[in-house]
Amino acid sequence: MSHSEKASLFIQDAEKTQWHDETLWFVRKKRDLITKTIPEWEELRETASQIKDHVLDHLADYLEEFERNANKNGIQVHWAQNAEEHNRLVLDIIQSKQCQSIVKSKSILTEECHLNPFLEKNGVEVVDTDLGERIVQFLNQPPSHIVLPAIHLKKREISELFHEKLQTEKGNEDPYYLTQAARIHLREKFLNAKVAITGVNFAVAETGEFVVCTNEGNADMGVHLADVHIACMGIEKIIPRRKDLGVFMRILARSATGQPITNYSSHFRSPASGKEIHLILLDNGRSAQLKREKFRNSLKCIRCGACMNTCPIYRKSGGYSYDSTVPGPIGSILSPGTDLKKHSTLPFASTLCGSCSDVCPVKINIHEQLYEWRQEITKANPDRPKNLSMKLASGIFKSPLAYRISGTLMRKVIQALPNSILYHPLNSWGKQRDLPQVPKESFRDWYKNNRL
Amino acid sequence: MNSRSIILEKLRTGNPVADKPLPEWNLISSAKNLVSGFKKAIEANKGEVFELSEFENWLKSQEFEQVLSISKHFNYPNSIQIPTDAHELAELNLAIIDGQFGTAENGAIWLDDKNLNLRALPFITEHLVIILSKKQLVATMHDAYKRIQDSNSGFGLFLAGPSKTADIEQSLVIGAHGAKSLRVVWCED
Amino acid sequence: MPEYKNIGLFIPCYIDQFYPQVGIASLELLEKLGCQVGFPLGQTCCGQPLANSGYERDTEGSSLHFIEQFQHFDYIVAPSGSCVLHIKEHFPASAKIHPSFPEIKDKIFELTEFLTDILKVAIQGKFPHRVGYHASCHGLRGLRLGASSELNIADFNKSKQLLSQLEGLDWVELDRKDECCGFGGTFAVSEEALSVQMGNDRLRDHTSHQVEIITGGDVSCLMHLEGIAKRQHEKLKFMHIAEILNQAIS
Ligand code: SF4
Repeated sequence: MSHSEKASLFIQDAEKTQWHDETLWFVRKKRDLITKTIPEWEELRETASQIKDHVLDHLADYLEEFERNANKNGIQVHWAQNAEEHNRLVLDIIQSKQCQSIVKSKSILTEECHLNPFLEKNGVEVVDTDLGERIVQFLNQPPSHIVLPAIHLKKREISELFHEKLQTEKGNEDPYYLTQAARIHLREKFLNAKVAITGVNFAVAETGEFVVCTNEGNADMGVHLADVHIACMGIEKIIPRRKDLGVFMRILARSATGQPITNYSSHFRSPASGKEIHLILLDNGRSAQLKREKFRNSLKCIRCGACMNTCPIYRKSGGYSYDSTVPGPIGSILSPGTDLKKHSTLPFASTLCGSCSDVCPVKINIHEQLYEWRQEITKANPDRPKNLSMKLASGIFKSPLAYRISGTLMRKVIQALPNSILYHPLNSWGKQRDLPQVPKESFRDWYKNNRL
Repeated sequence: MNSRSIILEKLRTGNPVADKPLPEWNLISSAKNLVSGFKKAIEANKGEVFELSEFENWLKSQEFEQVLSISKHFNYPNSIQIPTDAHELAELNLAIIDGQFGTAENGAIWLDDKNLNLRALPFITEHLVIILSKKQLVATMHDAYKRIQDSNSGFGLFLAGPSKTADIEQSLVIGAHGAKSLRVVWCED
Repeated sequence: MPEYKNIGLFIPCYIDQFYPQVGIASLELLEKLGCQVGFPLGQTCCGQPLANSGYERDTEGSSLHFIEQFQHFDYIVAPSGSCVLHIKEHFPASAKIHPSFPEIKDKIFELTEFLTDILKVAIQGKFPHRVGYHASCHGLRGLRLGASSELNIADFNKSKQLLSQLEGLDWVELDRKDECCGFGGTFAVSEEALSVQMGNDRLRDHTSHQVEIITGGDVSCLMHLEGIAKRQHEKLKFMHIAEILNQAIS
């Protein structure tokens, strides 16, 4: 299904759509408020952007430096070219520890690799420990937002789910009560897991350390109680120096949720005695994206989610309408790089309003890349976008209106459009909108009559 | 070729490198009153800040079964022993530890292995108290990282508040998986 | 006031055909402010609809034609932020290497920025109405005709700067001052449901603040909003900012 079809379905629940829109707008507003208390905010964005630009130019060097230092610290570094290899590596480590059940904190990368179903198929129970992720895991759904995984659900739905899965009181929708039920349920999982998986927010080449940020403390509960910590990261998450963390830690949480920092920002440099840390560096298409000049800087993304919260399309159509691991504006410029055909409607699921680019803490020119992907998609896959243009033309320029128009100008415009566009039978414009009244004379005619 | 060399090779060939320099910056903070800034930040993160005497009164009014104090600045006579395995802390009600320094712009307190003893401690405990000196405050994260530039603890943590979540309809709940409360207590020196 | 003799008026195709009053207002306004304005009759569409649909490469002819038509003017002014942005940024590579392109890029202005930044005129006039301003995204975040709410920069808005000089005009502060209306060219039809939803939500922001007239610098956004409002029999009026200024000054 295309984005527009999924979006129309989402919108049918008007009340929920409005709630979704307003809730995420509220997060965006919190972000605005806090960023405006930092006079040097724009300078921070620029600095962060420059650091990331520099890293992308020297990614191989920094990865090697990171690996060298991480090894020295006693972290075991693994490399994976693709999702399959990544999942294999994870499974091998788990199996070598004779472990049947693992805990995992939020990691979009493991979603990208579809790690959970792979491990489950191989007899490993995976427990997502972030509350939102646990909720969607119970429902067998992927996260609908990269920072707020269960933002598409109302507490009534979560209450029903917990009643079924965790035997909470029927009808008790109190968020505190439901959270405590999850706390008790997950405590037991934390205490029994021998292996814990986390994502990575930043990895520092200079020190060989990596940083994981959470508010719930679930990543730390998992890894400090387990014997083995497996950290999974995309190769683009490297930054050069420890001091660069100062820049990124100032912008990440402020952009994400409007808080000054996550309550836990953990720096892993070497394993505690008797324990192991494994770190997997994943490519999975990133090196290919790096070669696409117009799209490479999408790899600067620090996954704050701000472009989703600000995007009116995302807010009003929900994360699932994108059918992509990373939804929203950033997903729409990342996903076509991995599967152009499958994601060919995503770059068109935008008005190119540019709010995403202005909100992005690392200054990715997201809306410009959406425009560029459109150019690529019409070249690679001529059918679908023509269909879009057809609708455009049929909407705005469609007959009978088009026939009523006289004047050389409009004729020229129409001449510039392929016939297949002009004579498409659909008229999407007029379903819920009136067309402008066609005036007696065009501006050109008026001008000729009044000025020449 | 193994995956490592294949990936590095891919990254080294055919990239449109612009060779942009690594920026240096000098982001000076305008923060004036670090103590009040820090207090405000902790409170915004849903923690509390106490003077020592206030804390002592509070502690007297509580009936905790298990308290573990490893603070050098606060003496708690009935502390349990530090176990060798963090799993034994599952029933811990209160942990009292020392923080190295705090960051005024966001309330983040730096802790590392020597403050924690067991890395799980500040997470697994039901309630957490961090003893911190007012003199050990910095303005921003830039200053914070300057300060720990040369430390090489195996684990380090910026802790800025209690465990929290807003995953159910964005309503804030304190006490997700980690400590249900954070109290920062000022100490002398 | 310095004289501005040689100004080329670019009237985008949909304004020419559907909203001639906006073209007329732009012309009369510039004339009232002492400009000599020419309208090259050979002008056509800037190519934006095709380019935004992914066919930038098919706009070579229209882009080169545009350059030919307008290169001899000192300034080019258009009452449409999105067309100006398109000409500056999205002409195809073959047009961008035309020797006159760099010059065109520097001398083309959206109407309000021409008034505030080049003419720098004081506006005198009366417009006693409650006005809601719709910031077109291409004007706002593309041409930077105002400070977008995402950025931490000093607040400014060129339209507000102009309109607030009018006696009696009641400028309405909206809840979301620069949210997209959902027009988006191709988007308006390819994502019809979302587009209308977005337009509806924008309209509600205006009507809940008792706005009488919605104005803006891009007719395309206004056409979309007006189309929805009319279908719902809303009593809102829509005027391009050139119409308000022209009417107020007379
Ligand atoms: S693209 Fe920018 S705004 Fe969007 S998630 Fe990534 S860093 Fe955040």
